[in-house]
Amino acid sequence: MDIKSLKNYLYWLYCQFELITCSYLMEPWEKLLFYTFNITMLVMVLYTAYIFVPVHISTAFQFFLHLLGNQHENTVSLVK
Amino acid sequence: EAFEETPMLVAVLTYVGYGVLTLFGYLRDFMRQWKIEKCQNATERAEQKDFVPLYQDFENFYNRNLYTRIRDSWNRPICSVPGAKVDMMERVSHDYNWTFTYTGRVIKDIINMGSYNYLGFAQKAGTCQEAAAEVLSQYGAGVCSTRQEMGNLDKHEELEELVARFLGVESAMAYGMGFATNSMNIPALVGKGCLILSDELNHASLVLGARLSGATIRIFKHNNMQSLEKLLKDAIVHGQPRTRRPWKKILILVEGIYSMEGSIVRLPEVIALKKKYKSYLYLDEAHSIGALGPSGRGVVEYFGLSPEDVDVMMGTFTKSFGAAGGYIGGKKELIDYLRTYSHSAVYATSLSPPVVEQVITSMKCIMGEDGTTVGKARVQQLAENTRYFRRRLKEMGFIIYGNEDSPVVPLMLYMPAKIGCFSVRASFKPY
Repeated sequence: MDIKSLKNYLYWLYCQFELITCSYLMEPWEKLLFYTFNITMLVMVLYTAYIFVPVHISTAFQFFLHLLGNQHENTVSLVK
Repeated sequence: EAFEETPMLVAVLTYVGYGVLTLFGYLRDFMRQWKIEKCQNATERAEQKDFVPLYQDFENFYNRNLYTRIRDSWNRPICSVPGAKVDMMERVSHDYNWTFTYTGRVIKDIINMGSYNYLGFAQKAGTCQEAAAEVLSQYGAGVCSTRQEMGNLDKHEELEELVARFLGVESAMAYGMGFATNSMNIPALVGKGCLILSDELNHASLVLGARLSGATIRIFKHNNMQSLEKLLKDAIVHGQPRTRRPWKKILILVEGIYSMEGSIVRLPEVIALKKKYKSYLYLDEAHSIGALGPSGRGVVEYFGLSPEDVDVMMGTFTKSFGAAGGYIGGKKELIDYLRTYSHSAVYATSLSPPVVEQVITSMKCIMGEDGTTVGKARVQQLAENTRYFRRRLKEMGFIIYGNEDSPVVPLMLYMPAKIGCFSVRASFKPY
């Protein structure tokens, strides 16, 4: 029962996507073109995210650590 | 009365949809230009290529690439009387709505929500139909003349006397076409040197009549009394544009129910303004006659006002009475003047006798003069249906425009694909 309602929900979501982007009105070859373009762009964005996001996060983390680290050293010397 | 704001997400997504279709429109136009695809819409001939281009503007672009995709939702041929249920001829398109073919099948009993048949008088059996059939056998269908020549039948006189009694005015005159009633009679009432104050969302017939008259036209915001008062004040204070002479006549054009928004005019305030600034009021009750008010006498009765306050009461027989044509009601001098000077009276063929009989029978039914309470029951049922329909649609989550009491219910769909899909799925998916 749960699988059936989940499948219905996914089909409804797909219908909404079709209606919003007007691919419901397109001829089959236009739909093919549109979906190919969209899926290609999505795959490229995900691939870029996969490669670069960990590097960006670790760089940002290091930067903030460096900032906080310097402050900590300064306060330590003052107390001494 | 409500005009709900569009939710931001819906507005953005609508633009996304239109943007995608526009891009694909450019692609398809490119393919048509370079002959990759066959061009199926109208183009200029080869010899006319150097002339002024006819099909390059945005309206034709929209027509070719957007409207044609969902064109099958409109102009659908029906083959029965448009009552509560209607039969439709099935048509299919094999080349994406460029051409249609009829399969020969008839889809029966589609629930009809699009006709202006407010009180259900468009029937193929019943007292109205029998009376009209008898008049048809007595008078025939054609009149073959204008009102002023040989087309003035005793049926027309009977109808006009009945309409005057129905509205509560001194006199009335009936014309063959509702659109022509507006566009041909406003030029007879106002001319150059007069001022017309017309609502923003007035019908094309009122706009055409105003433009044909040659008077100066100023537009006030829809149902906005501050805007109207400001225009009236400016008109009285400053007068005509160059000469500063006072205006010969100031005519305010409003409608009872606006057919695209479903809003009802603020009649008490308009009448108060009209009396204060001494101008005239032309009320177009095309959709509200028969449909509003406890006994169906229109928007004047709905607000509890006197019909003498409105100078020109215009309406049509097309909607609540199930016939065709229009009427104008008012003081006797006004109607006598219109009998002589209206373009429609001089040049247009008068109403056909069976149609006149349909109006007479349905109007007597609404007034209760045929001895039954069918008319009153129908008017009250319409009011109940309107309220129920609007309430349930709102509960389902749709955005509905207009006044709570107006039988015109605009349901907002916003996105172009939803328009096409809604129309197709509503009528072809088995209920």
